[in-house]
This record gives sequence, structure tokens and C-alpha cells, in this order.
Amino acid sequence: MSDSATIEQSSQDAGERQPVTKKEITADTPTWCPGCGDFSVLSIYYKLIQKRNIPHESVTTVAGIGCSSRFPYFVQAHGVHYIHGRALSFASGLSISRPDLHVFTFGGDGDAFSIGGNHFVHTARKNVKMTYVVMDNFVYGLTKKQTSPTSPIGFKSKTDNWGALDQPVNPMKLAISAGATFVARTSHTNPKHLLEMMDAAMDHDGFSFIECLSECTEFFAGAFDSSNPRKGGEFKLMPEDHDPTDEAAAYAVAGEDFPGRFGIFYQVQRPTKNALETGVIEAAQSKFKGQQAHDILQANFNKMK
Amino acid sequence: MGQIYFIFSMSETTVSEANNGNDSRASDISEATIRLAGNSQDGIQSIGGFLARLAGRREREVMTMMTIPSTISGGASIFQVRLGSGEVLSPGDKANVLFAFYQHSYDNHVNNLTKGGILVYDSDHVEPCEEWLTKYRHIGIAISSLTVEAIGGTARDKGKNIYALGLIAGMFSLDTTKLERLINERFGGKGESIVKTAMDAFQAGCRYQSGDISNLFRLARGGAERSNQVVMSGNEAIGYGLIAAGVRFGAGYPITPWSDIMELLRRELPKYGGSFIQCEDEIASVSMAIGASYGGHVAVTGSSGPGISLKTEAIGWAVMAEMPLVVIDVQRGGPSTGLPTDVEQSDLNIALYGGHGDSPRVVLAASDVEDCFYTAIEAVNIARKFSVPVFVLSDQAIATRIEAFNEPDLKTICKDVELDLSPVPSHKPYDLSSGDGLSQHRAPGTRIEDGRYPVVTGLEHDESGHPSGDAVNHIAMTKKRRNKLKTLADELPVPEVYGADSGDVLLVGWGSTKGPLLEAVEELSNNGDALSALHIKHINPLPNGLDAIFSRFNSVYVVEMNDGGVYGYGQLAGVLRARFADARIKGINKTAARRWKVSEIIERVKASRAEEPVTA
Repeated sequence: MSDSATIEQSSQDAGERQPVTKKEITADTPTWCPGCGDFSVLSIYYKLIQKRNIPHESVTTVAGIGCSSRFPYFVQAHGVHYIHGRALSFASGLSISRPDLHVFTFGGDGDAFSIGGNHFVHTARKNVKMTYVVMDNFVYGLTKKQTSPTSPIGFKSKTDNWGALDQPVNPMKLAISAGATFVARTSHTNPKHLLEMMDAAMDHDGFSFIECLSECTEFFAGAFDSSNPRKGGEFKLMPEDHDPTDEAAAYAVAGEDFPGRFGIFYQVQRPTKNALETGVIEAAQSKFKGQQAHDILQANFNKMK
Repeated sequence: MGQIYFIFSMSETTVSEANNGNDSRASDISEATIRLAGNSQDGIQSIGGFLARLAGRREREVMTMMTIPSTISGGASIFQVRLGSGEVLSPGDKANVLFAFYQHSYDNHVNNLTKGGILVYDSDHVEPCEEWLTKYRHIGIAISSLTVEAIGGTARDKGKNIYALGLIAGMFSLDTTKLERLINERFGGKGESIVKTAMDAFQAGCRYQSGDISNLFRLARGGAERSNQVVMSGNEAIGYGLIAAGVRFGAGYPITPWSDIMELLRRELPKYGGSFIQCEDEIASVSMAIGASYGGHVAVTGSSGPGISLKTEAIGWAVMAEMPLVVIDVQRGGPSTGLPTDVEQSDLNIALYGGHGDSPRVVLAASDVEDCFYTAIEAVNIARKFSVPVFVLSDQAIATRIEAFNEPDLKTICKDVELDLSPVPSHKPYDLSSGDGLSQHRAPGTRIEDGRYPVVTGLEHDESGHPSGDAVNHIAMTKKRRNKLKTLADELPVPEVYGADSGDVLLVGWGSTKGPLLEAVEELSNNGDALSALHIKHINPLPNGLDAIFSRFNSVYVVEMNDGGVYGYGQLAGVLRARFADARIKGINKTAARRWKVSEIIERVKASRAEEPVTA
């Protein structure tokens, strides 16, 4: 696509403009329940936008369906509230066709690992440039307490009165094996760490995935206490000697018992889908330098006479 | 060469008596229908392609039809080409000449020959049947062994198609110099030895000089001077139409018969700075396309049958969120996996109504290959202007058919649409103020100077895109989405009636039935029976003024390739009956997985007329 501007470039011409304020970037009052972990993610997103001085018009927020996916309404910026499970596909089309934007996609565990599981795998594999934050609460909240793909075995929900039976998805393992190039884990209870992860994700050239534990106080209260020092738990960072380019090591850490570790599990550089497609375009266009669309099409039509 | 003489003498003995004394050699004809029947790996389609291209270059109209089996190779495959010097409307009901490469080709297709037609068969594989010998003129040629002899080696079954092309060139006095140039163009990129092999096979075919088959016919040249013509398939025409209209992004998933379009766009779009992405599934495809449309480039997705079913939720979102989108549906036989390589027009309902809730969208149907090109362009323009999903219905009969049509003036048609991110003072994505239902999408990156940015959403929303459960608002927004289509309807041309402007019977069709319908009108009027036809391209919204046309006829028959259903009328007939509450609208339907034949339509109309009392 012909858009060559980048966020960095447009922020230069925004030199005279004041950085966007928290007030300017704040929209509707969130509909989340009091104490919901998603509030913390939202306020860190505001902070990130301010810290990175993203021009107001370039903030682009995409979400699917779920409590957390209400996100775009609470951000005063271009936003999309798409259908359940397909936000990543929508965001991929946007990202590939608009390389000047950094697309943020937000969603929950149902959106990411259940109805949208296929898209998660393929967006990771294709390494489409964007940041995907999954606010993982281990339960379906919007529909009021059904078992989610990350609910632990034994979790009593309305669809498993006797306790969840099925092996939960391990988001870190899934992302690593699918080919994601940035895989990190954080929690709403540690805003400083959350901002650090989002900052690093935005710096990453590729598909950057963050699982953020985000407590549902209504339907799964206390789920993450064991990772919260204020509740007597421990927020365990990645082992100091962890090499994030070591896939096997990342996979091994991902296998630790809950609450597990927090930080960047895995990060490698691999050409993004965006760059690969740009390469295809450049190769194709090199043969048609200076030609307009009708010239190129005419050349094809001449062969069909 | 001894073998050729041997074969020659053999073919002498197989010429049927039916044609003895009826020497049609070098007769001038205005059109001919040739059917080639073989297996799918024989390259039969490429013979058709060469003939079609030659005919295009010779200022003749051409129309072809192709049947491919859904298996990868080894199944039966036919290609029918109708060459004519007038306007060719349909691929022809029956063939004048049948080339049968195998016994099954012979057995299964002999019924498709016209009375006294010519049957050329590969005597290496086909044993003629006594019964048919007297009915059709038989010419046996050892096509397989003669090809091997011509090109050397033992490459069995390779080059047979090009040899047959040479035979056809000889039979119809075709321009061999031009055909040789086309063969050169086709195989030139594959190396000298390939070109030489092809040329040897072709020339051997041309040289096959038996008294029976050389210079049998000469196609008259087209009467009027024609402008330059281009030759392509319906799927190609859709792909190039999208590009001409400025589409620079698309996404899809492979499925027959849509795949050709995605392959073309994947190959061609990068030349124009665009991309076509092959996705993990149909839902991802439509979602990626909508995402790109949101990004400011009107995007395309497409599929056939089952794939369209999968996309419906996302298309409903695009209706609700008012995003431009073009959806190509190359229909095939349904339901479910159905008949993947056969023709049917049974996806009209899903195009119109697929999805939950009230979700008005635009539906257009292309009638022939040329129309595929222009319908694709129109779809893009409508999507852009009205911020709405637009379906383009094609079908298997047009998708793989090759036709010649007047070369479009690309310089005036082609658009290279720049992304518009110019700042606006304020913006409401769902502005209700205009009353015509239209509002404009502003892509991310557009600065909204009052600082109030839009959210596009599938939740019912207020004018700025924020959720609203208010009943009054829901009524207003539902009306807005519907009114867009009413505004569009006012812009649509009233379709033209073919034949008399009023009379007894009006045939109504859509999509690829156009050719057979117009031929039926012509054929019946030649016999003194009045019959008129109306072809509807804009199905949703319908153009204004159809009721006035219907009122001038005693009976209205909607001819469709879909089931007449529980109540005896098909999918378009249902729409028209609902729209006009006119019980005179009746259905003529078929689901035989083949296109309509002109003779069938005429018979069915006659039969139906006989059943009803004549109205005053």
C-alpha cells in the first residue's frame, strides 16, 4: 500500500502540537464492575499513549466481544468493536494495509483462545505487526460465569457446577508453539510491570502478545491472589538467566505451576507479514516503474487479444 | 507416415452413411459449436482457450463453456466452444462437432450432437457404436499414436490437445499463422524444446490431410467492423474489474470455483501496490477485508457456497458498522458441499438475507463475462459511495467460460484511489442528518479537530458510534441503513425489455440465464410467437419501474437455476412476488446442475401456458 508515513514521522510534524492529555484520550465511563482488573489495563494504555506521544488520530484500538472488548468505547480515539473472536483478523487487514499505524488489539480469554483460537494461531504464525493484549480472567464474565478456555480444572461455573473438567489452554505455550515472536505475561495488579510489557511490545517489530491476568471480581474473585504480594502471594519474575530467544527454555518456564512467572518469555526477530508483503509489492512494482494503473492493466489486456 | 495412411483408410470406413452424398466441404457457416470431451489432465481447456483467443483476434464473437470435475485429475472434462460471426449469446445447446478422446467421452456426449453432426474420435481409445454410426458422421483418427509419432518419444497423452487443435484448425480453415503465434506466446516462457514439441504436434494436426476433414467449414467473418476485442473468463473479468475500480486489498480462502479470482488478485495486486492475503479460513478472510476497508481502502473478499455461509456474521457487522466491502460469490450447486463444479443460482437468498437481524445489503448479478468486468466495477463504486457490503453474484457457468468482448477504455475506467486522511473539523460515523441514509467513513489517521473520535461497531449505536439501547435511536438507525438502499434504487436504470414492449409472456432472468433467455426470445419470434424477456442485474435494491413493465404482460415467468421450492417459485420469483404482490409471477426452475438450454426454456414456457387458462 502506498502509505509511507510512520507514526514516528507523523509525531515529528506534531512538534507544535501538545501531547495528548489523559482527559483528551478518555471517553465513555467504563461499564466494568467495581474492582475489575480491566480498569488497570485501560489506565496503563492511556499512560502508554502519553509516554509514546502517539498522535491522537493514530491511536487505533480494535476489540472483539467480551467484557474487556468494550475497551475501544473508553478510549477517545479511532476504535473498532468487532465480532466475537475475529478481532485479530480484522486488525491484520488493517495492519497490513496501513503500515503507518500501530494497531492495538484487546480481548479476553474466550475471544482469544476459544472462538478465535484459529486466528490467534495464524496471526502469530504470520507475524502480523500489532500488539495484542489478552485480559485473561479465567471465566466468561459478560455472559455471567461460564467455564472459559483458561478456567482451571475444578473451577465451579454455571456450565460446570461440579467444577471445570477440561484441560485449560496455556496461553504462553500456545503462543510460543504457534510462532509468536513476542510472548509476555503480566498482571493487572502490577501496573508498573504492565506498562513495561506494553512498552516493550510496542517496540517489537512483529506480533507482540501479552497475557495480562485481569481479575473478575464478580465471577472469579481471588483467582490471582497467589501472584499478588498484597494478598500474600508472590509476583515471580522470569529467572534472571532466562534467554528470551531460547524457545525450549521459554516453553519450560511456561510449564511452571500457577501462578507461574511474569515477564518476556520469548522474543525473536522474524520478518513480519507486513514486511514480506511489502517485499512482494516492491518486487512486482520494480517492473512497472512510473506506470499508472491503466498502463499496467493495459499490458495484461494486450496479452488477451 | 505409413501410419497416417493406414489411419486415413480406416477413417474412410467409419464415415457414416448418413452424410454420404451430402458433401458439406468448405461450406460457409455463421457459427459452429465444437465440444471437446476428454479427461481433466488432457489440457482440453487450453484448446478452448486457444480457439477463443483466435476468435477474439479474428473479430468474431466467441463463447465457451467448461465443465471441470471436482477431482484433481483423472475425471471427465469437457470444453465447448461456440464460434460465431454474429453476437453469440449462449454457449450453444448442442454441438455440431464432437471430439471424443475416450470411450466414456464418446458414450456420454454423443447425445449432445446436432442431427447429422460430426463425431471425431480417437480411434486408439474409442470403439464406435453401431447405432450411432448411422446417425452421425464418424471420423476416426488415431489421435494418441499420431501425436506420439509427431513429437517423438513415449510421452503418452502429452501434446494430444495441441494435435487436436491442429485438426480443428484444418477442419475450419482457421488462421494457422495466428494460432502458431498464440502457441509461441503460450509456451515461449517454458523453453525452446517445449515450444518445438507443441509446434510439431500442432503442425502434424494441421497436416492431417484426409479427404474427410480438411477445410470442411469456413467461418464467415463478422459483418460490422468491430473495435478491438479482449478474450477472458468470467473469473478473470471480475478480478480485473476490481483492480480497474481501484481495489487494492483482498483476502480469501481457496474454494472452487472462486479460487481463480483470488489467485489472479494475489498475482496482480502487488503490481498496483496492493495485497491479497490467503487466510486460515473464510471468517478470517472477510474480517481481514473489512479491516482493510476500515483502513480506508475498499477491500474484497469472495467465495463460493459454503464459504459464503461462513462469512455471514461478519457481513452483518459490515452492514451494522456501515463499512464498504465487496463480496464475490461464484455460485455452485448447493446446499452444503453440494455440487462443487456444477452451475446453480441458489445463493440469491443467502446474498440477500444471509445473517441475523435486519441487515440490508446490495446484491448485483453479472450476466456474462463482459458484464463480470463492469459489475465488479459498479460494486466497488457502490460500496465506496454507500458504505455498505455489496454482493456480486456470478456462477460456475460464467466463471470458467471464455468470451470475447469489446476492449474497455481502461484509461477512462481505471481508478487509483488515494487514501484520504485529510483532517475534518468534526465527524459522526453514523450521521442521521442527511435523511438519505448516507454517511461517510473516516479511516484511522484522520485527525478529528474537535477531538471526538468515532468508534465503528456492531452494537446498535448513536451517531458517534457509542452503544445505545434506546428504542427511538434503534428505529432511526434501522431506517438509515435501509434508506441508503432506497437512495441507491433511485439511481438505478430501469432494465430494458428485449422483444416487444408488451404482450403475452415476459420471461424474467438474472445472472447467466441472460444469454439463453435472449436466444429464446429470438428463436420464438422467428417462429412468429411473441415472447419478451427482462434481465435484472440489480437485485437488491430492485430498480424502480419493474411493476409498470410487468403490468404490460399477461404472464411473467422467472427463469432460474434453482429449486421452485414448496410453493412453486424460485428465489428471485419469491423476491418479486413479495415486492409486487403479483400472483401472475411464476417460476420456471431447474436444478439439473447444467445451464439452461434455449430449447428447454421454450418447452417449459409452452407447457406452463398450456396448463393455464388464457387470460383476457
